[in-house]
Amino acid sequence: MTIDSYRLQGEPGIRGWLLFRFAAPQAFYPLAGRMIPWFGALATLLAAAGLYISFFVAPTDAQQGEAYRIIFIHVAAAWMSMFLYVVMACWAALGLVLNTRLSGMMASAIAPTGAMFTFIALWSGALWGKPTWGTWWVWDARLTSELILLFLYFGFMALTNAIEDSRRADRAGAVLAIVGVINIPIIYFSVQWWNTLHQGASVSLTRAPSMAMTMLTGMLLMALAAWMYSIAVVLARVRSIILERERDAEWVRGLRGVE
Amino acid sequence: MNWGSLHNFLAMGGYALYVWGSYGVTALCIGVELWSLARRARRAQKGA
Repeated sequence: MTIDSYRLQGEPGIRGWLLFRFAAPQAFYPLAGRMIPWFGALATLLAAAGLYISFFVAPTDAQQGEAYRIIFIHVAAAWMSMFLYVVMACWAALGLVLNTRLSGMMASAIAPTGAMFTFIALWSGALWGKPTWGTWWVWDARLTSELILLFLYFGFMALTNAIEDSRRADRAGAVLAIVGVINIPIIYFSVQWWNTLHQGASVSLTRAPSMAMTMLTGMLLMALAAWMYSIAVVLARVRSIILERERDAEWVRGLRGVE
Repeated sequence: MNWGSLHNFLAMGGYALYVWGSYGVTALCIGVELWSLARRARRAQKGA
């Protein structure tokens, strides 16, 4: 037990507050375990429905033929890659400000999944670019800033893994994560700010989407599935991180049945 | 969308490499992530 956990559990005023109660890894561990099956099941159902619409309901695209079906995976992955980074940076910032142990663990748990979605976005983008643009890759603003996002995830993971003391690793990683947030609006607005090969947003909050309703439905279902999957996977990873970091704590030893 | 036959479905209108390449690698990534998570959880629970 570190000094911080004693302080958190010792203050009666804070103790009753739900958010702070579950900010203690010991309390969050079983809660996360109970949530994982639900989010996992939701992810599976949404992905099944999304894939069905993507391949068996959505019509062939007039210009791109069947190649456009990559959109269902590409957009969901690209959205998640940016969204997860923002969530990771928020947890990291929260950890810096409040000095709660769980915040840094959450940030570390999000990074690998964020990197995975960034890779999928780049990979599916390359496979989509070849038949439609005639090239796997161009150094244009959208693609380059997304590649930088991948390096930011890798940098965060390398930095936090390189520092032995996990609390110091969290703080160093948090600074990197927060500085890197600047890249997110650059990715998002790159198609407007620069002349790029990448098309503009197909879906926007302010105007009607420029695509068939069934295509849009498939895309949104896949995005929701990616969202639920991410929550389930991050919760599973944070549970392992909690056990690894608190392996000497009384409650973890009790969990393992040692002593 | 009616594909008519399994062959047509797999052919993806000539874009099989690109479409299945995207979905296949995504499935692979998810598989690897779930496998490595399960392995990490086993080790963490054993306290290794």
